[in-house]
Amino acid sequence: MTVTVDWYLILAAVLFVIGAAGLLVRRNAIVMFMSIELMLNAVNLTFVSVGRELRDLTGQFAVFFVLVVAAAEVVVGLAIIVSIFRTRATASVDELSEMKG
Amino acid sequence: MAPDIDYLALAPEITLAVTAVVVLLLDLFLPRRQKYWTAIVAVLGVSFAALPLIALAVSDVGDRAMLGGSFVVDDFALVLKGLFVIAGYLVLLMSVGYVESDRYYQGEYYFLLLMSILGSMVLASSRDLITLFIAVELVSQPMYLLAGWRKGDLRSNEASLKYFLLGVLASALLLYGMSFVYGLTGELTFAGIAAEGAGKAGEPAFIMAILFIIAGFGFKVSAVPFHFWAPDTYEGAPTPVAAYLSVSSKAAGFVALLVVLYSAFPDASGVWGPAVWILAALSMTLANLTALRQTNIVRLLAYSSVAQAGFMLVPFAAAATTDAVGLGEAFAATVTYIVIYAFMNLGAFAVVIAGARKTGTGDIEGWGGLGSYAPALGALAAVFFFSLAGIPPLAGWIAKLVMFGAAMGAGSPWMIALAVIAAINAVIALVYYARVVKTIWMDPVPATAPEEEVRTASVAGSLGLAIGLSAAVVVVAGFFPSLVTFFSDATKVLAGG
Repeated sequence: MTVTVDWYLILAAVLFVIGAAGLLVRRNAIVMFMSIELMLNAVNLTFVSVGRELRDLTGQFAVFFVLVVAAAEVVVGLAIIVSIFRTRATASVDELSEMKG
Repeated sequence: MAPDIDYLALAPEITLAVTAVVVLLLDLFLPRRQKYWTAIVAVLGVSFAALPLIALAVSDVGDRAMLGGSFVVDDFALVLKGLFVIAGYLVLLMSVGYVESDRYYQGEYYFLLLMSILGSMVLASSRDLITLFIAVELVSQPMYLLAGWRKGDLRSNEASLKYFLLGVLASALLLYGMSFVYGLTGELTFAGIAAEGAGKAGEPAFIMAILFIIAGFGFKVSAVPFHFWAPDTYEGAPTPVAAYLSVSSKAAGFVALLVVLYSAFPDASGVWGPAVWILAALSMTLANLTALRQTNIVRLLAYSSVAQAGFMLVPFAAAATTDAVGLGEAFAATVTYIVIYAFMNLGAFAVVIAGARKTGTGDIEGWGGLGSYAPALGALAAVFFFSLAGIPPLAGWIAKLVMFGAAMGAGSPWMIALAVIAAINAVIALVYYARVVKTIWMDPVPATAPEEEVRTASVAGSLGLAIGLSAAVVVVAGFFPSLVTFFSDATKVLAGG
């Protein structure tokens, strides 16, 4: 049995769905944040496997850009979470509901 | 082989990038008392960035393409870059007084704002999915931080976290869609996708990819049902940042939608047209109905900006059922709407900043009698709010006119239905815009209003300048619509109309 590109695409889709479900279900900001990283890595896996299948390097290049942006997102996201932690010692998004309407 | 770089075409971006770095370095070395220099350098830098734009506009070289066609400076890019520079300039003017009165970090504020403006400039020129993605992120990421700029304020924290989580979710959806487009066409440039994707409009994976991309940008332009973050983020963020989010950041989302849908998926308009139809109808209706019961002026403007996004989406839906000429008209209609909306909404937010300082509150009730003790501000508030409602002869009615023109021009029953929905919504919107103006002019001054000196204190000079410039554009463009349509007609090149 050979592992074709479909397997990678299905794995990527599963990772993406797990990430999306985690973002919607979990209430801890850091776990939600991890879920987003999972989604971005699903994207990377899709780009790489498709690029390999097409014998095209563009897909591999794209992954580098996604990785760099994801790294920047980690910096921004953790900065926000740390500043929330300083004002109230919790990372639960349910307790952040000052504004309604 | 070194890539072929046209430095004049890149000059606006280079100017902004250099300015941003200079601002950051200045902030490092300046003593606390002299931090205001960072604001001056930022304003000067944005003004200088406009000069190469003018040089590019008058040069007769034509379109300048670079980096294998990934970065193109054509008429569309120039018009939108001009808009981003002017909007950025106005937001900087609004920020100066606001930022100084807080105890927080000025240098970082201007640095992040300049970076976001830089991102929107790159966005207008990007013609491949990766450049587009990087530009969109460069617009958004500084804004996640700026929304939480008042670090000690819980509401600002909440604004920032909500915007961040939903923003990165949008990026993930967008990227997943892009990876599918790449997989199906083997291309990342818009021209390549348009050529390869011509026969693929019916494939389920291709449809899914387009829907993912629309959903991703739906968050950026805050269209219903992707608008949850907008009201909370606008309310919690510093008000100039909310103004920037509602104008430049939203316009950036629309620019991305315009270039992707019209130039990468021209043959799939049967897919994205109906999807955008639903977004437009939902955004207008739900946002306007929710805006009716808002008591906070910034939240009201937030829902109003969601509803306005719905109006801007209407011409997109028309593109699915029209010919090449109609496609150009629909494209130009959205651009016209964005340009006019930018000025009237920036003006409205600037009035809100000035009014909140005078009345000491963001609640609409507290604004009673503002017209009696600050008549000029009250009159300008009326100008901007009536323009947002689309009342002639203010500029807003031209935006509405071209939008209805594009919808009716398509002539299909679905588009006429959408035009009817838009017309009903324009009436609903008038109710809440007029209510604010009524409170300002007809209600008595509430007992909770601050004392006389606060109420009659003069507005900061830079803020006054921002209000004056926006008001001038809104009034003049209302009488001479060709001032705006001249620019939006020039952008039609991208739609092939």
